Amino acid sequence: MSDNIKDRVIAILAEQAMLEPGDISLDQSLEDLGIDSLGLVESIFAIEEAFDVSVPFNANDPTENRDFDISSVDAIIRAVQGLVATQAA
Amino acid sequence: MTRHMRRVVITGQGTINALGRNVPETLRAMREGRCGIGDLEFQDVERLSIRIGAQIKGYEPEASFNRQQIALYDRFTQFTLLAAREAIGQSGLSFSGELATRSGVVLGTSGGGMNTLDENYRTVYEDGKNRVHPFVVPKLMNNAAASHVSMEWNLKGPSFTVATACASSNHAMGQAMQMIRGGMADVMITGGSEAMLCFGGIKAWEGLRVMSRDGCRPFSANRNGMVQGEGAAVFVFEEYDHARARGAEILAEVVGFSMTSDAADIVMPSKQGASRAIVGAMRDAGLNPEDVAYVNAHGTGTTANDKTECAAVADAFGHHADDLMISSTKSMHGHLIGGTGAVELLACIMALREGVIAPTIGYEEPDPECALDVVPNVARDVRVDAVLSNAFAFGGLNAVLALRAA
Repeated sequence: MSDNIKDRVIAILAEQAMLEPGDISLDQSLEDLGIDSLGLVESIFAIEEAFDVSVPFNANDPTENRDFDISSVDAIIRAVQGLVATQAA
Repeated sequence: MTRHMRRVVITGQGTINALGRNVPETLRAMREGRCGIGDLEFQDVERLSIRIGAQIKGYEPEASFNRQQIALYDRFTQFTLLAAREAIGQSGLSFSGELATRSGVVLGTSGGGMNTLDENYRTVYEDGKNRVHPFVVPKLMNNAAASHVSMEWNLKGPSFTVATACASSNHAMGQAMQMIRGGMADVMITGGSEAMLCFGGIKAWEGLRVMSRDGCRPFSANRNGMVQGEGAAVFVFEEYDHARARGAEILAEVVGFSMTSDAADIVMPSKQGASRAIVGAMRDAGLNPEDVAYVNAHGTGTTANDKTECAAVADAFGHHADDLMISSTKSMHGHLIGGTGAVELLACIMALREGVIAPTIGYEEPDPECALDVVPNVARDVRVDAVLSNAFAFGGLNAVLALRAA
């Protein structure tokens, strides 16, 4: 399941960045991938749809997003894993 | 150029919004720094994550309109007609003969008949019905409000609707002003309206993740997004000599207008585009930065707008920016999207006529990126002679008006 989440998140980000999933590495930031603020909002929507979760994210206030770390690809994967674990319960 | 420049003055104002059912009620609320934002009430609100807004509570169409009118008037049209009734009533004008053909209507709205769309989509998609009311199209169209104003008051000159998202009303009022200046009309009914507080309207905005769940705090370091409002404000713009000749009371003079396009991003604002619009309005008005005492800000309460707007104001005003008052009344009446510039012009006219600067309420923590005098929380008594009103839309379309005391 965990690997599955990882692959699916990478696939979502890859589609947004117009890259192949294999070209994405875990330490990259969204900026590295060329994903801007609109791309981020679209990615979060795609994540919510893919995993049937609600992502706590407000584009105005980074501090309010402490439950959803977007600093790197790896951080996003871990955040999604956390959401799936708590919200699927 | 020696040709006489036709001057444009305001001889009537009207409104309905979350702060009041008319201009005196609204201005009283602005003076008191009262907040019109509360829990939203409409069908399916429990399915939203954003549940606050500046809604006109207890509004009953039946109190103002008959059955046939309600069948034709979406909520945004109703608000427009109520505001127009107050404004035209105050102006004392009636339109017939030559004046009727020399008078028009230009209004701003972004969503138009959004409630009508929402209700009828629910009917066909959710309820599975195959028939809708025959007036859905004339009720929802964005120009419905302008057309009904023209019909109600016999205005036969240039009339249309402007839709530039959050700058719609300012663009509309700028067009009205230029039509009178340019000799196309002697009187223009102008302003704007919005009624987007319905399930579909808010659900769409939720998606962008720029809305606040708990309040509108423009320029405050702890701001976390915009809060929507609803309502309308309508003004009578009139050629100066025409107003003087009939002895009309002049509320203020519209002295400048400028519009620019960022040509950059569909949602992120640009300092340069905003600054050029501010400078352009002052130049069009023949005002120096030192002449302007107050700016009614766009001030949405989003991180991006407020810091960009403050940077633009600092850029446009130079060292005078430190002496300037700039407030966002959206903290009280919410963001009326296509109608917001019109409601905000009421605060500008109040500043010029009464020497009362409406505050930015909800201000809790200074933000170094918004280091201007934002008139925090409490209205201020200051005589001012010239003011600006900013509007910066999604899509990078900016419109700034300049007003002077009568």
